[in-house]
Amino acid sequence: MLEINNLRSRIDDSEILRGLSLSVRAGEVHAIMGPNGSGKSTLAQVIAGHEDYEVTAGTVTYNGQDLLELEPEERAREGIFLGFQYPVEIPGVNNAYLLKAAVNARRKHQGLGEVDAFEFLKLAREKMATLGMDPKFLNRGVNEGFSGGEKKRNEILQMAMLEPSLAILDETDSGLDIDALKAVAAGVNALRSPERAIILVTHYQRLLDYVEPDYVHVLSQGRIVRSGDKSLALELEEKGYEWVREAANA
Amino acid sequence: MATESENLESLVNRRYEHGFITDIETDSLPPGLNEDVIRAISARKHEPPFMLEWRLQAYRQWLEMTEPAWAHVRYPKIDYNEISYFSAPKSDDDRPKSLDEVDPKLLETYDKLGIPLHERARLAGVAVDAVFDSVSVATTFKEKLSEAGVIFCSFSEAVQEHPELVQKYLGTVVPRRDNFFAALNAAVFSDGSFVYIPKGVRCPMELSTYFRINAANTGQFERTLIIADEGSHVSYLEGCTAPMRDENQLHAAVVELIALKDAEIKYSTVQNWYPGDENGVGGIYNFVTKRGDCRGANSKISWTQVETGSAITWKYPSCLLRGDNSVGEFYSVAVTNNLQQADTGTKMIHIGRNTSSTIVSKGISAGRAQNAYRGLVRIMPQAHGARNHTQCDSLLIGKECGAHTFPYMEIRNPSARVEHEATTSKISADQLFYCRQRGLSEEDAVNMIVNGFCKEVFKELPMEFAVEAQALLNVSLEGAVG
Ligand SMILES: Nc1ncnc2c1ncn2[C@@H]1O[C@H](COP(=O)(O)OP(=O)(O)O)[C@@H](O)[C@H]1O
Ligand SMILES: [Mg+2]
Repeated sequence: MLEINNLRSRIDDSEILRGLSLSVRAGEVHAIMGPNGSGKSTLAQVIAGHEDYEVTAGTVTYNGQDLLELEPEERAREGIFLGFQYPVEIPGVNNAYLLKAAVNARRKHQGLGEVDAFEFLKLAREKMATLGMDPKFLNRGVNEGFSGGEKKRNEILQMAMLEPSLAILDETDSGLDIDALKAVAAGVNALRSPERAIILVTHYQRLLDYVEPDYVHVLSQGRIVRSGDKSLALELEEKGYEWVREAANA
Repeated sequence: MATESENLESLVNRRYEHGFITDIETDSLPPGLNEDVIRAISARKHEPPFMLEWRLQAYRQWLEMTEPAWAHVRYPKIDYNEISYFSAPKSDDDRPKSLDEVDPKLLETYDKLGIPLHERARLAGVAVDAVFDSVSVATTFKEKLSEAGVIFCSFSEAVQEHPELVQKYLGTVVPRRDNFFAALNAAVFSDGSFVYIPKGVRCPMELSTYFRINAANTGQFERTLIIADEGSHVSYLEGCTAPMRDENQLHAAVVELIALKDAEIKYSTVQNWYPGDENGVGGIYNFVTKRGDCRGANSKISWTQVETGSAITWKYPSCLLRGDNSVGEFYSVAVTNNLQQADTGTKMIHIGRNTSSTIVSKGISAGRAQNAYRGLVRIMPQAHGARNHTQCDSLLIGKECGAHTFPYMEIRNPSARVEHEATTSKISADQLFYCRQRGLSEEDAVNMIVNGFCKEVFKELPMEFAVEAQALLNVSLEGAVG
């Protein structure tokens, strides 16, 4: 589904990704771990098409097409979803309005008609219930005055409504209490299917107790320095990232 | 990947939609201004002597005045002798008695503007008075209104049919010598709308006027006078458009509102005069004096405006809160793009006891535009228990535009409670990227964010006009992101 080959990317003259390769197939869940500043968010933003990040080398293909050719909104409509590490606030814009516009943009791209307002609300309320979100969040401004945990749940709500083919969650688990973490994990597990792939960017083993990854990768200084199965995450938890760094420099 | 700026360029080149010129024979006075011109205007309108006298006095006062220079706008000096002060469709002498008699070309114009008089009026239950250049062309729904005792007609007609009301109220809110443009208007105003709501009557429908400047080198100087008698209620909307022309055109209107005891007037404006092109050529100079007088106890006047057009806007709809417990409100969205300049705001003058006022101003600047809010809250010594809340927000799109806030407060009674909040924000790249990542185009994202910013004001507009205002805003800001 997603093929990243020798990707190099920089922002403001500093090279962040330095020859990163990654292959993700439908049905898989990949966890990407690594120390602060190793380039995890950069990778997520480059896949989503953020214009501040310049791609200087390498290729990214998504379902056989050159992803780097597409505008961010085209990537989204093709089924790529990014759960942001720091979801932005958009004051005055109704949360439900953005959600509906997003769902319709994707549906239009798929040649489907606009979602019926009644059906939409029903579905949104259902999803919110499973995420433990109060329905009143639908009528608030997008992330406006939301707590950290509420913002993260809102990202998962959007993901659940959009049913992306490839979901990238950038530290969606950070700063969550245990209930919120479980809710997020349930949201992710509900999305798991043979047609979809999920990339979890995380610092901690914690989330992986609830969402079992097929692969774990360790990112350091803009490169994947180790890949393995879920036991790698446990090993990291035990030995810390110093161990990886040494391995990378060795 | 197509670059952002390529996309923007194609959007910026989008044209002003209402920029057509109607080719009809007009009866215009030659350019120039002197007492003879004023006599000619008055004669053509068969005005009673008091009206001519009033105009002449205004003209003499105007001659003594100088153009204000303090607004935060710049424009080349206007030569008042190059303007023609009267332009009417030729058929003025046999004025249409009903819509069927209106020049089909004119009706076509209104169609292009999206206001088919027949349909729109009937379907929406809106009574429309359309002012084309200087003359009021057709007033629909007159019968239904007159059943309720409501008078809604052109100003000229009011002068003929209800001279006692005109004489009693004209100039009592905006005196002739109030300011340079008001004096000019008083001398040469050609038409406008007149509304009288009798005691205890709730006007059965929204009243609405569309203004359009068509002829070249004419100024439009219309005058609106609305009187809500005791315990009455009226909601009034004006909409404005003008053709695209390379010359600047002057629009100097005066609006006077009078709310007597327990009466309420809601006045909404959607202004979309031609703003000039992206290099600042052409466009309307919109210098308008709008003032409401809450003359009786418990009266209320509410101004809501959405200003997207004009090359220069200079406008401060104000409230004189004279009656005890009277309420003044001002809700404004002012959008400036390209080289547009707007200097707008309000004045709330608290005179009666326990008077209160609310100001919500949303300024949006894009391109190289300049947007200024200028507001005065004055609490007079006798105004015990006065309250004001002012909320003044600016949104900047791009790096070359500006927003300026000039709040003035004069508080002469210690019991007053006055609050002022101001914010300035930008549409951030992060917000746009967030929306695009959810599948929205950049343009849709901007529109959504701007509409969110303006929500508090839009909800004050009558429903159908809120939709129109939103659409207008989207058109005005197309290509604004950079
Ligand atoms: N806008 C930026 N300008 C300059 N450097 C940046 C910018 N954004 C991120 N970086 C740098 O890129 C590196 C990788 O950041 P990031 O991808 O956010 O790491 P992670 O998500 O793994 O913590 C860091 O050293 C960070 O300081
Ligand atoms: Mg990060």
